[in-house]
Amino acid sequence: MTSPQPTQIALNGLSLGTSQVWGSVRLVPLTRDQPIEDLRLSEQCWGGPTAVSLPDNTSYFAFIPHAFVASWSHDDTPVASLGTQPANAAKSKSQHFQVRFAHRMAKRERQRGVAVPRLRFLPLHTAFEAYLALHFAGPNVLRREYSQRVLSQGLSPRVEMVTPGAWLPGLEEALRVFEIRDGQVGMLLFVADVFAGAFVLPHPEDYRRLHRTLLSDCYGELVFRYACLSTQAAALVRPLRDKNINSFEDLRVELARARADWTSSHHSMASGLFEQDVHVQHVYRLGKSYRLERFLPDFRLRQENHIGEQITGRDGETAYLKTFRLSEAQVRRGYLLSTLARHDWDLYASAAALNTDKLELCSRLERAGFGDMLRAHLRRRDGH
Amino acid sequence: MTARESMSTRLLELEREDLLSFINAALACTGQDEFYGDATGQALSIGFFHAYVLGNYRRLYAHCLAAGINDFNRTKIIFNLLTTPAGVPAQQREQEGRLIAAALPELPPPRVYRLLEALVDRRVNNRRTRRIVADYLAGRRDPQLHALKYRRRIAKIAAHFHLRLQPEESAVLFNVKRLRRYQTPLFETFRRAHYEKRAVYELPYTVAEGLAARHKIPRETFLRGIAPRLTTRERLRLQSSAAALGVAAVAETDLSRHSLTRLAIYFLSLSLRERTAQFEALDAAMQRAAQQIVRHPSAKLGRVALVADNSYSSRGSGQKRKRPLALALAAHYLLGAAASELTTHWTWPIASLAELRPRGHTDLATPILNALALRPELLIVVSDGYDNDPPGGAAEVVRVFRERLDPKGAVSLIHLSPSYDAGSYMVKSIHPAMHSLGIRDVEGIPTLLTFVRFAAGSANLHELQDYLQARAHDLLAAKDHLR
Repeated sequence: MTSPQPTQIALNGLSLGTSQVWGSVRLVPLTRDQPIEDLRLSEQCWGGPTAVSLPDNTSYFAFIPHAFVASWSHDDTPVASLGTQPANAAKSKSQHFQVRFAHRMAKRERQRGVAVPRLRFLPLHTAFEAYLALHFAGPNVLRREYSQRVLSQGLSPRVEMVTPGAWLPGLEEALRVFEIRDGQVGMLLFVADVFAGAFVLPHPEDYRRLHRTLLSDCYGELVFRYACLSTQAAALVRPLRDKNINSFEDLRVELARARADWTSSHHSMASGLFEQDVHVQHVYRLGKSYRLERFLPDFRLRQENHIGEQITGRDGETAYLKTFRLSEAQVRRGYLLSTLARHDWDLYASAAALNTDKLELCSRLERAGFGDMLRAHLRRRDGH
Repeated sequence: MTARESMSTRLLELEREDLLSFINAALACTGQDEFYGDATGQALSIGFFHAYVLGNYRRLYAHCLAAGINDFNRTKIIFNLLTTPAGVPAQQREQEGRLIAAALPELPPPRVYRLLEALVDRRVNNRRTRRIVADYLAGRRDPQLHALKYRRRIAKIAAHFHLRLQPEESAVLFNVKRLRRYQTPLFETFRRAHYEKRAVYELPYTVAEGLAARHKIPRETFLRGIAPRLTTRERLRLQSSAAALGVAAVAETDLSRHSLTRLAIYFLSLSLRERTAQFEALDAAMQRAAQQIVRHPSAKLGRVALVADNSYSSRGSGQKRKRPLALALAAHYLLGAAASELTTHWTWPIASLAELRPRGHTDLATPILNALALRPELLIVVSDGYDNDPPGGAAEVVRVFRERLDPKGAVSLIHLSPSYDAGSYMVKSIHPAMHSLGIRDVEGIPTLLTFVRFAAGSANLHELQDYLQARAHDLLAAKDHLR
């Protein structure tokens, strides 16, 4: 399923605009020259805790405020996107205690038992699941250092905390005053000039409708902290170089150059996403030409690591993209697990690879929240 | 120059800056929600500014009443002057009183009554205020209508200030049923309307509305009956809701009596289809209204280029719905009438005015560049001053134009902003070379253009004081003339 060769995420068929800043939030619009007509996305509001049962008999519980529905056509004819379906108000009384049950992360919709060209999937959770399920089964070699539980049950339950966008101070206001461009299909989000995530949709109309769903999305701990601590993003200026301007034509050329510089500087600000090596995993095939995929990074410590999901079209065009920036602790957990797995869960070999010794590796595992994995004698106890 | 002299020059400069930014803020701010700021922040900011100017430059603060600032701030000035009379010399107090008395009748009656009610709540009651209130009430053009329309407020004001009332007016204000019969026809109709449905339709709309509800008259029936009594503004306001109820009689056909700003707001409130259908009539009405404003020869301008902001932020707020865009549209008509030649550049180009709507990002740099390339005598930008493609691009274009392409300043650059920035106590300016002024109604633009030289900094404090004094003098003279 997972591609063996690491690849990179690219914004194919998209161009960047100039940023709009409000408080600590900087939003960079992404526009598409040619909107995609034969794949459309719309939203289903759920607004509550959801349990997703996965094909391998595990369950995924999360607060999932909404689901996306992708509609496509088998030939290249345009499709209309579904209307938004608001949550049923009449049911809201008991909804507090209701858990919605969803079957699979991505599921083909059926009408009266007949499959229709519509796919319901859970934005970001499709990618989260890949991250949470990383080496979920636990050690594949029976080693004495590991506890009985992890050998029999794997890493279950695996828990991660994220912050809803509505909690990020200033994000709601920034989304309200943002002026959506013509032909805009996506957005790069920076908080305190730190890249927080990318969001791309197939069609400008979809984007207009789903602009505010950035509020119901999840953000990592790092992004939340930055949003709380910073009040103002840097006031960037790109002065016009007036030395050689002697006519309006020169001024026009210089203005165009300034615009291009803005675009490239935004691109480099977001380079953490575009320059990381990722492993892409196929999730679903939509029609002939579109594929829903999710990706995981290589978990590089003290660097930007983004997980996400995307729909790519013919010629690798990015029809849909949603990314999540892992917090430092999440990166560490991913890093430790993948190092262990690479060395067949051998603590000595892994410690050597990490330039440390076995005891230090054990305490690192414990600090990362994997203390339960280890036998009691390897765990640090109070008083020692 | 001695240290003392340089200090006093600096103080004069400071005073000039303070006054200018106060007038500028008072031109635009109304204490309401803006696109980029909420009402609380606006009210807090402008409230502080008033207290500051009142405390430091009280005499000029009173003169600001005549400086063409908006109604909200004039009301606020009057309130502040009347609530803080202590320690003011008698002569200055008398002059303030005369200015207030001259300014009150120029304000819309609802605002005045709200102001007087606020004085009642603040328990202000002194000889000067009593006299001002009595004078205002005596000078009204339609006191009987006011007695009905603002009944509860006037009753409160009359009781607080111990005003002497006519017996009939007193009865209407405090207990309608006290008299069996009224000599004043309007009062008699009002009394009858308490018992008789038919009499409701002989009353003015706002008075009749409450009585109709008391008689449980259905809205359609009421609108149909009251239609002949509606004023033009009520018609403009009610026609769409009446049309939704199937009442055609309310439709406003005569657009010639409305101001340009109001027509522009009305135009933008229509749907695209309605606008296209009625475009010719609306276009002609707006042109006529613009001609009315600039009929004075001093209002004529030369070759003008207008850069108008129709980005998404020009939709304003829930309280100022589409007002920034309406001002840009009205400015387009006004300058069309005033200028010998006008070119208009919208930030989001449109094929016809009928399809004008707030939309897209703000690229001020390109339209400013296009406008300047035509070498106009005057460039006017109507925008909230926030540009984002590229950010600060407009400022850079203006800077380079002034430094490299027009060092002698042949083109005058003016920025009119409909929104007040609460944080910086001024309207958000684009670049120092482009003078920024606040704007609430386009009718004030000709006056604003005479005020630009102060904003430009070419005039010193004494000239500004003289200007304000002269405006105050004009206001008082106009009042005397009316008598």
